[in-house]
Amino acid sequence: MRGIGSRWMYRSWLLAACLIWPLVQGCAPLRGSGDMGVVIERASGSVEVVETTHKTVLSRVEGMGDLSHASLVYSRDGRFGFVFGRDGGLSKVDLLTGQLVGRVMQSGNSIGGAISQDGKLVAVANYEPGGVRIFDAETLRQVADIPAIGANGRASKVVGLEDSTDGRFVFSLFDSDEIWVADVKDPAKPVITKFTKIGSKPYDALISPDGRHYIAGLFGEDGFALLDLWHLEAGVKRILPDYGHGEKRTAVYKMPHLEGWGMTEDLLFLPAMGRHEVLIVERAGWREVGRVPVVGQPVFVMAQPDGRRIWVNFAHPDNGHLQVIDVPTRKVIQSLQPGPAVMHMEFTPRGEHVWVSVRDGDRVEVYDTATFERIATLPATKPSGIFFTSRAHKIGL
Amino acid sequence: MGRTGTRRDGAGFGRRAWIGLGVWMGALAVVSSGWAAGETIPPARQMELFHLLRQDCGSCHGMTLKGGLGPALLPGNLAGKPADLLEDIVYHGLPERAMPPWEGLLTRQEIRWLVERLIKGEVP
Repeated sequence: MRGIGSRWMYRSWLLAACLIWPLVQGCAPLRGSGDMGVVIERASGSVEVVETTHKTVLSRVEGMGDLSHASLVYSRDGRFGFVFGRDGGLSKVDLLTGQLVGRVMQSGNSIGGAISQDGKLVAVANYEPGGVRIFDAETLRQVADIPAIGANGRASKVVGLEDSTDGRFVFSLFDSDEIWVADVKDPAKPVITKFTKIGSKPYDALISPDGRHYIAGLFGEDGFALLDLWHLEAGVKRILPDYGHGEKRTAVYKMPHLEGWGMTEDLLFLPAMGRHEVLIVERAGWREVGRVPVVGQPVFVMAQPDGRRIWVNFAHPDNGHLQVIDVPTRKVIQSLQPGPAVMHMEFTPRGEHVWVSVRDGDRVEVYDTATFERIATLPATKPSGIFFTSRAHKIGL
Repeated sequence: MGRTGTRRDGAGFGRRAWIGLGVWMGALAVVSSGWAAGETIPPARQMELFHLLRQDCGSCHGMTLKGGLGPALLPGNLAGKPADLLEDIVYHGLPERAMPPWEGLLTRQEIRWLVERLIKGEVP
């Protein structure tokens, strides 16, 4: 009888707690955010807040405008996501409560952003009117405005905005072939170092996980532009200047994205522009050491956290495919067809699973990275980018 | 093209059917007003073309067609630009400006139809 009595007592307490606690903070169980993430629903201006331990959707947050091509960075505590919308909206989402807690329309048309090393500043790259705007991460108050007027006198679209170390952001000017390094240690007085004639039409960029090497992809010519942020005085160098061998490239129906990191300990895997190839670069010396033929034009070329395999998705009309390159043998070892329009992949923090957004299938597929088995499917409305909170602690993500 | 949503998604299909009805009515109106290009593009293909326009052209021009790496494609942005010129640009591309040619993926007739829709702002 005592057993029943104590269970009854327990239930009473639980009932009481659930009646009163909601008044305090919504009866949500206390939890960490390390296994959480966000799936962008590009067509409906909403995001799903997800968790990767049980692979479920926790909440849905709406009201973020045009999220086509949206991306996201995290606060250093992994609680807040800063969502960069296509329409210039910058939104702050609280993952733990599933609430939109801040939003500013900061430009007419933006392409992405970054958060500073100390987590205090959020920077946004803009197409219209161009330039970079910087906001206080706490309040979303604008603290700096950096118009991108190129050496040619024209306002330029800004692409490839990355955070580095030492209070610096780095970005490229699509319309004037430049890379700028903005030192915003004092946000009221940004100090800009400009590099001109870096190569024709930089379209996106990545920064190495140590924040040292900034690499911009070029649309207007073959090759990439490399800047060593430890040695600004050495200037921008061109790498892989002739990967197309002057051949006519096939038409590009979607620009590759570089920010996903195809970087392993000693190699860097890059999408070739307008070619059905992934380029392999040796990080010591930045020379091409090989290339892997793939099924289409690569968009994201992303290394598993263990660096053992590279996952690649593709541009229209091959965007139903996903291929996996084995790093030691440099060969495609797996080809998957997750569904129509594979937009993005994101690895769980230690890489045992990969989440794949299938836009036109209105779903997210989860694969085991060791067996390539599909282990879960989550519904999502026109999903695109997937971003897990483990990004909070990585430079450049 | 294999690009449309799967049928087991009940909500998606319902919405498609709804939009499809709209396109049928739009096509009827167009035919009755004497414009002929839409006549021979089946409604199902018209839906695929609208989807392609928003999702794939949208990669550069924005899903809402307000522009991105490529220029905005709203009626106000296209005003004064001859339809033939726009059609040629879509068909042949502008290699210097990152616009790919759609020759081989779309027919001339489909491109003309899409250009007309863009100029008139008739994109669902």
